[in-house]
Formats: sequence, structure tokens, C-alpha cells
Amino acid sequence: MTESILNSAILLTLLGIVSALILYVVSKKFYVYENPLISEVEDLLPAANCAGCGFPGCRSFAEKLVNTDDISDLFCPVGGNEVMKLVSDALGKEVAEKDPTVAVVRCQGSCDVRPKTTEYQGPRSCAISALIYSGETDCQYGCLGDGDCVVACKFDAMYMDETTGLPVVITDKCTSCGMCVDACPRDIIEMRPKHKRDLKIFVGCLNEEKGGIAKRACSVACIGCSKCLDVCPKEAIVIENNLAYIDPAYCTLCRKCVPVCPTHSIIETNFPPRKEKKAEAKATAKVESIKPQNDA
Amino acid sequence: MSDQTIIVSSSPHVHSERTSEKLMYDVVIALLPVFLVSLYVFGINALIATFTAIISCLLFEYLIQKFLLKTKTTITDGSALITGILLAFNLPAGIPVWMIVVGSLVAIGIGKLSFGGLGFNIFNPALVGRVFLLVSFPVQMTLWPVPIENNTTLVDAVTGATTLGLIKEGVQFGQSMSEISTQIPSTADMFMGLTSGSIGEMSALALLIGGIFLIGRKVISWHIPVTVLATMAVVTGVFWMADPEYYANPLIHVLSGGAILGAFYMATDLVTSPVTKKGMVIFAIGIGVITVVIRLFGSYPEGISFAILIMNAFVPLINRYFKPRRFGSRIKAKIV
Amino acid sequence: MLKTFPKGGIHPSENKITSAKPIKRLPLPKVVYVPISQHIGIPAEIVVDRKDKVEIGQVIAKSGGYVSSNIHSPVAGTVTKLDKIVDTRGYKKQCIVIRSDVKNESNFQENEYPLKEEISLQQEEILKRISEYGIVGLGGATFPSHVKLQVKKDKLLDCLIVNGVECEPFLTADHRLMLEKGKEILVGIRILMYALQIDRAIIGIENNKKDAIDLFRSLTSGASGIQIAALQVKYPQGGEKQLIRALLKREVPKNGLPMDVGVVVHNVGTVFAIYQAIQHNRPLMERVVTVTGKKLNDPSNFWVKIGTPVKDLLDAVGGVPEDTRKIVSGGPMMGKALKNTDVPVTKGTSGILVISEDEASRGEPKNCIRCGECVDVCPMGLEPHLLMNLSEKGMYEKAIEEDILTCIECGSCSYVCPSHRPLLDYIRFGKSIGKQLESNK
Repeated sequence: MTESILNSAILLTLLGIVSALILYVVSKKFYVYENPLISEVEDLLPAANCAGCGFPGCRSFAEKLVNTDDISDLFCPVGGNEVMKLVSDALGKEVAEKDPTVAVVRCQGSCDVRPKTTEYQGPRSCAISALIYSGETDCQYGCLGDGDCVVACKFDAMYMDETTGLPVVITDKCTSCGMCVDACPRDIIEMRPKHKRDLKIFVGCLNEEKGGIAKRACSVACIGCSKCLDVCPKEAIVIENNLAYIDPAYCTLCRKCVPVCPTHSIIETNFPPRKEKKAEAKATAKVESIKPQNDA
Repeated sequence: MSDQTIIVSSSPHVHSERTSEKLMYDVVIALLPVFLVSLYVFGINALIATFTAIISCLLFEYLIQKFLLKTKTTITDGSALITGILLAFNLPAGIPVWMIVVGSLVAIGIGKLSFGGLGFNIFNPALVGRVFLLVSFPVQMTLWPVPIENNTTLVDAVTGATTLGLIKEGVQFGQSMSEISTQIPSTADMFMGLTSGSIGEMSALALLIGGIFLIGRKVISWHIPVTVLATMAVVTGVFWMADPEYYANPLIHVLSGGAILGAFYMATDLVTSPVTKKGMVIFAIGIGVITVVIRLFGSYPEGISFAILIMNAFVPLINRYFKPRRFGSRIKAKIV
Repeated sequence: MLKTFPKGGIHPSENKITSAKPIKRLPLPKVVYVPISQHIGIPAEIVVDRKDKVEIGQVIAKSGGYVSSNIHSPVAGTVTKLDKIVDTRGYKKQCIVIRSDVKNESNFQENEYPLKEEISLQQEEILKRISEYGIVGLGGATFPSHVKLQVKKDKLLDCLIVNGVECEPFLTADHRLMLEKGKEILVGIRILMYALQIDRAIIGIENNKKDAIDLFRSLTSGASGIQIAALQVKYPQGGEKQLIRALLKREVPKNGLPMDVGVVVHNVGTVFAIYQAIQHNRPLMERVVTVTGKKLNDPSNFWVKIGTPVKDLLDAVGGVPEDTRKIVSGGPMMGKALKNTDVPVTKGTSGILVISEDEASRGEPKNCIRCGECVDVCPMGLEPHLLMNLSEKGMYEKAIEEDILTCIECGSCSYVCPSHRPLLDYIRFGKSIGKQLESNK
């Protein structure tokens, strides 16, 4: 009895020693030298592996950062300037500084303003339904509502609003990795600068149809009337293909364009309510009747 | 045009009448003759066992999906019903009811739902339940009631060995085949179902009727059942010809045990068999060979359940290596 | 034994309810919307302007490249605007809007020309005219015909196959055309045989069109070179590769063209259009369209001017019934469901199918039970269930290895799937991504 216990104990010990030896030899024999800096830099990165930088994961981004001399065009959108500063210190290389951005959904075509004219049957994926046809509504530019962006978001920063059928960005969670931008077959999602207190003004429409057709498909569509163009003091607005676009590089968030838009397709978020002025009362009343979509 | 909006979808815009439910219920219909024979042979016990298995399979599927997985229940798709029937058909009549319930739990819970439900299971759920019971309760699982015509009373007292069991025992005691053959039922009895064994493996005739119905309805293709039985016949035939006094003849092997039940109903389970015809043949040859090896050289008298489970594990591999021939892959341009 | 292709295929109920209805002429549409991209390849370039007067058959958009085609005005009238019109997928596409001139007689000319048998043009002239007269494959793929006829020097051609299969359920446009214009089609075949310098042609017709088979057999009796082959009824036999396999037992190699096995395939509609172009100087301006549906009052076959809105066609058959839920351009297997009926008829429109409520909805998709039915019916020897899985999971490279790009999108897999899985939807998606990946390489 004792003998068998002893035997097994010896056997197991021997087995352990032999295995340890094998492991040791193999790890020595097949050791691959790696720049220790790579691991160091990788530790600085957010470890989200979101591929927002354009590389498959944080590790390959770290490799790129260490192995290239000029890293000024590399940027980690998730870590932002803080992380890039740390990387710069660790590697002693110049890094670019970028304004923090956040994803915005440039479509306000909820069920009540953009009526559904057809019913789609098939896989619920924007990429697939965009391939098959132009969407359940008459607008061929707007959101398809199948939520590819929500699936693509690895930070739980997006969800589909049940009532509007549109995706919503949770600004606080958004790391501006850009996965949703890539996932959207319609290019509806745009990365726009995240100003102080998350103030944003942008055109919530991408419809390039002529005014009448656009308006018929969706009551909050941009009709390209160029009223906003006229009031903009900084010439930040361009109109192309019957569609206004506010260039964030020039926009000073003066909010003059918002009340003049006849279809309320310009969205402002997180601004304090306007002061009631008699002259502006009429316009303001209209503006307040629409709720910004992206302030969740 | 109606008030409802037009439907837009990708082509095709028509669909065949076949649905997975219809396939499942065809299998149930095919199993009816077998069930009737078992009622005739085993009486009320067969009824009790079958219904216990069906009800517990459906119940476990419902309960697990509702409370554990919190998904939509799929008990109406017919697959749990088939699992129940096949499980019962692989058990001896007169097995304690609680064992059937345990077998059903293993079949549905471990065999099917733990893999993700219908379509994702690797092993045939009914066989998982059966083999679990066989290795856990070997005594009760091999207590074969002897069939008594028009029997309506419980037959616990009268039990006997199956044909294969008798052969195995005989061979172990050094009896020759001609001595054993006096103890085992005639091939005609085996064909009609007057032998002892599991509820559903009795009558080769009834099993064949159902099997041919399934092939006719194109629920299963002939490849698996025919190849399994043919392989068994060939392999046992080789041994029989080498030493007819030591090995039983191929006809006994094909007709006895669950060979026909397994070949037509268990091995052909859509989910756990290969998708291509080529793969099906390979799969079936594997089943045939393993079954014979277990029967002749293993400690169990019957091996088709194990054979099917073993080959189930190879199905992903078979699907990977036995692909249909791609159109245009033959680079042989014939120009006259 | 009738010929057919050996692997895969299905047999959906044929529903050829309009096969006994002669082709009628649709009244002149008031306005036609002529899209500039009616063919596979580069869209044509518009050469007319607003307020221009155009004659019937005048070039209004010029071929934009080699794989492209001219577009001719189907009516005499005035260009009212250069606008956009929805295509079959619902996207707005550039088109030329022409208001037809009701006083111009050429709009009402019956296009019944006397049969002209002798071929007066030279080989090069024939090829040139086919290219200039906007002839594209009328079977549905709308591949510019002149490209198919440009035979590379190193290819040996020995057979012209004329596709009169029409394997799509419901559609009867080709069937009726064969019955009514049989002699013209035979002349067209001779034109093509002359142009390609080959002496063998086979007309492939499925056995559910016995009258067309008999007609051609009686017309060609005694004549040499043209064979009539009756084929077993099986979908997708009208696919080029399947048809060549069925008739000649030759297999077009993967990523290859029919030319690689010495064959050129043309649809009977295309052959008739070529006859019209060569013998009567008429460019491709109209085609036969079957307007059908189980519940329509008067399903019919029509001669339709290119650019006629689909709603005009539906009005001509007595409007759509109350319970219509789906309108398909093309046949039920490969047609596209329309979003609205403003869509104009293009060169590729072979039929309009109206599907009512009870048949319009797709079944609820369930788990794959790995029955292998899709593998059995795939005429290309693919594994649709696997391809769907790979596309769904985003494994496009692997899907390319599994030959997703050779899928002909016939829809047989989705048709048979007992679990109602949207196999083709995913495969089509995977294919589109796969093509992008391949072209980026």
C-alpha cells in the first residue's frame, strides 16, 4: 500500500521535473528577441483593441509606434492627446495633437417624420439591406435603422432608440474610434469635434434630392434652401447637391443658422435654452419643439 | 393595392413547400409502424416508456429554454418529439420510469441544448441519453423482456437475452455457432420482430417500411442506411467465411440489435450527419465497421449506438474534406 | 432521356399562365424614362439636351466605353428633362425623360416588317452594327452583345447556343417570341453564325414549350447546322454555364467564359433584336415583357418600349388586385422586388410579377438543421450553408476560398431551405465584399 503511494509520488515528481526541463529548454531555444519598448508602449495604450487607429490591435499599433521614426500621423483616438503625450514621452518622438472628436448621427428621419413606404424582409443588417435596396422609406440617403453601427461599437456607446428607430450615441462613452463610421453603408455617422460641454451644431440630413422630393420623403430633410448660408457670419456652411454642410473647422457655434432652417434639419446639442426675446420668440418656439437627437 | 405597404426582399420570391417541421413530422409518421409492433410485442410497457420519454423530452426542452436559457421555446418544431421517441425505442420495455426521465434530461439538456439547440448539437441527442443510461445502469438497461403475444400485463419477471447477447455469451463460453444457433430466434422471427430487445429494434419489417417511406419522401437519402447495412454485411461476411463456427452469419448481424433502427433513423439524423453524399458514405462505412468491431471484439454485445456517436464526432471533419465538386473545376475543355 | 445538367437544380411550379397569350402592343406611353445604365458595365453618356427633338431610334446616350452600349430613343418626341428615376433597387439613377409626340407617325408604325432572309452585310459590318445598335443580352444579365461576339484570336469557337430555355417560373416572353417570330429568330441565328464564322448552332428549349420545339423542328427540317434540343424542365437551366453543360457536356472553367469551351450563348430575344438591327435597321428600343401574377385579371405578354413605367404595364392588365404585397421585376427566382411602380422598363426587364399577400411573406428563419438540401441543389457545387455562415461572421477571405465568387445567385438554396434561412441574401453580401477584396488585390 505504502509502496504504491510512494511509487506514484515519485513518478509524478519525476514527470513534473522532466516537463519543467522540457519547457525550460524550449523557451530558451525558441526565444524571440523583442524590443521591450513595445510592451512598455502597449501598456500605455488603452487596450481596447478597437482598431480605431487603423491597426488590428493595440499591440500592432505599439509595434508601429516603436518601429517608425515619424509617428506624427499616428493617433490613438480612444486614448486621445493624454495617451499620445505619454507615448511621446516614452519614445521621445513628436506626436500630433488632435481635438477630441465624437460620433454624431446625421439623420433625424424617425418613423413619424419619415414615413415607411415599404416593408423589408431579410437579414437585419444595414450592409445587406443597402445592397438589396434603398431602404424602407423614400429617402435613399438616410439611416436604414438596422443597427450595424450599434453592433460595430465595442464600447457600448450606441443604442437603437426604440421610438425613433435611429441610433443614438452616448457621448460620454464614445471614444471616437470610428468603427461606426466604417460600419455605416450610408456614411451617416461623422466624427465631429467635441467642444467644451459637448456643444455641437451640425446638419442632421444627407439627402441630396431637390427640396420638394427630399421634403416629401422626410419632413426634416435639408432642402438646400441656403438660408443658413446667408446668416452664417464665418462662411462655415457649404451647400452642394442641395445639401448644407457645416464645416467644423470654421463653425464658431454661434447658433445663428439653427432658427432660420425651415425644416429644422440643423441640430444643436447641449446648448443652454435661448433667452426669450420678443423679436426671436417666433423662431425660438419652433426650435424648441424639436428635441435634439444626440444629447443622450 | 392594399393599405399595407409593399414588401421588399431579396430573391427568390417563392419557396418550396418543405419546412423543417414537416421533415420532423415525416420522421414521426415513419416511426408509427415500429411503435405499433412494439405495442403488440411488449404491450402497455412500450406505451408507458414511449410516452414518458416524449413528455419528459418536451417538458425538459420547454423548462430549460424558458427558465435557464431564457430563449423562445422550440418544442413545436418536432425535434424534441423525435428525440423522445428514439430514446424510448432504444430502451428495453419495462425499464423504471424514473430512468427514462433521467435519460430524457441528459438527451435534451446535455445532448442538445448545451450545444445551442437544434442544429448545433454534435451528437445525436437520443443516443447521448441512451448511452448515458447504458453505462450508468447496465443491469436495468440490459434486462430484456421476452415478447409475449398480446401481453398486457407487466413482464418484469420474464426476461431473456437478446440475440447478440446470446451469441456473445455463447462465444465466451466456447460454444460453436451451430450450438448457439439453436438458442437464438430464427431469422424469420427476427425479421418480423418476435425476439427480445429494445422497444423499437424489434421488427426489421416495420423499420424498413418507415425507412422506405422516409426515403420516398426525401427526408433522408438512401446513402447512409444502405451503406451502413452493406458495410456490416460485408465485414461480418468476411469473418463468417473465415470461420463460420466462431462468427455469426451476416444476416443475423444485420437483422439483430439496433442495426436497422440505427441505420435508418439514428445515423440519418440530419443535424449530426454529413451534408454531402460522398461524406454520408464515408460516415456510414465508419459506422458499419465500428459497429462490427464492437460486436465481435468489444465487451458489449451491441455497438451501433457507440459507433454512431463516434462517427458523429467526425462529421465536422468529413464535411471539411468531402466537399461537393465545384462546377468548372475540371479543367478539361473539350473542343470538337 | 432529355438532356439536362447533372448536378443540382430545382423544379418550382411552373405557373406559365401567359404561355397561350399572343404578344400585344402596349399603347404609346405619354412619357418614357430612359435610364442611361441599362446594361452591365459603364453607363452611357447623354448626348441630347433639354428641349431637344428626338426621332425614334436616334442615339440619345453614347456608349461610355468598351463594355457599354448605346441607348436609342424608343419614341419620337421631345426631351423634357434629364432627371433621376428609381431603379429596381430603389436608388435614383440618371435618366432621360422624353415626352412622346402623339402626332408623329413613326411612333405608331406597326413594327411588323416582312421577313427578310438574305444577309447583305459583311461580317465586320454586322459586328459593328450590333455594337452601335445597343444590343445587350435580353435574358436578364444585359451584357453588351458585341463584347460576347469579339472572339479573341486564340479561342476556337465551334458552336452557337441559342437560349430559349426560360427556366424562370411565370415568364413566357421568350416562349411567345419563339412562337411568333420563329422564322426571324432563325435568320438571326444565321446572321450570328455568319458573323462568328461557325457552322453549328443549337437552340435549347425546355420540354414545357413543346409547341416552340415543334415549330423550330419543322422550320429547320432539311436545313443543316441548326439543331433543336429539347431539355428536361429544371431551374436554373437558363444559366449560361448550366445550359452549355446540358447541351454539350462541356464545363466552363471556374472564372472562365463560355468562349473558353468554344461556345457563344445568346438569348432568343437578343437574337431577334440582332435580326431587327441587321435586316431592318432598327436599334433595340423595345422588348417583350410578361406581366403576370396568379390574381391578375388579364395577365399578358406585351411589346413594351424601353422606358415605359411599370405602372403603365400594370394598368394595361387591369390594375393590381387589392391584396398585392409584392411586385417583382423579373421572375420569382431571380427578379428584384420593386419599391414603387415608377420604375421604367429597361433592356433587362423580362417580366413583371405581381405576388399577393398569401405568398409575399418570407418564412421566419430558423436554425440550420444541416440537412444538406442547399448543397444538393446548388448547380455550381457550392455549400450555401457554409457560405452564409462565413459571410455572416465576416470571414470573407475564407468564403472566397470556398468559391463564393462563382455563385450565380440562382436562389435554389434559399428556395429549398426547410428552415427558411436567407442563404442567398448573405451569399450575395459576401460576394460583393469578396469582389471588393479581390479587386483591391
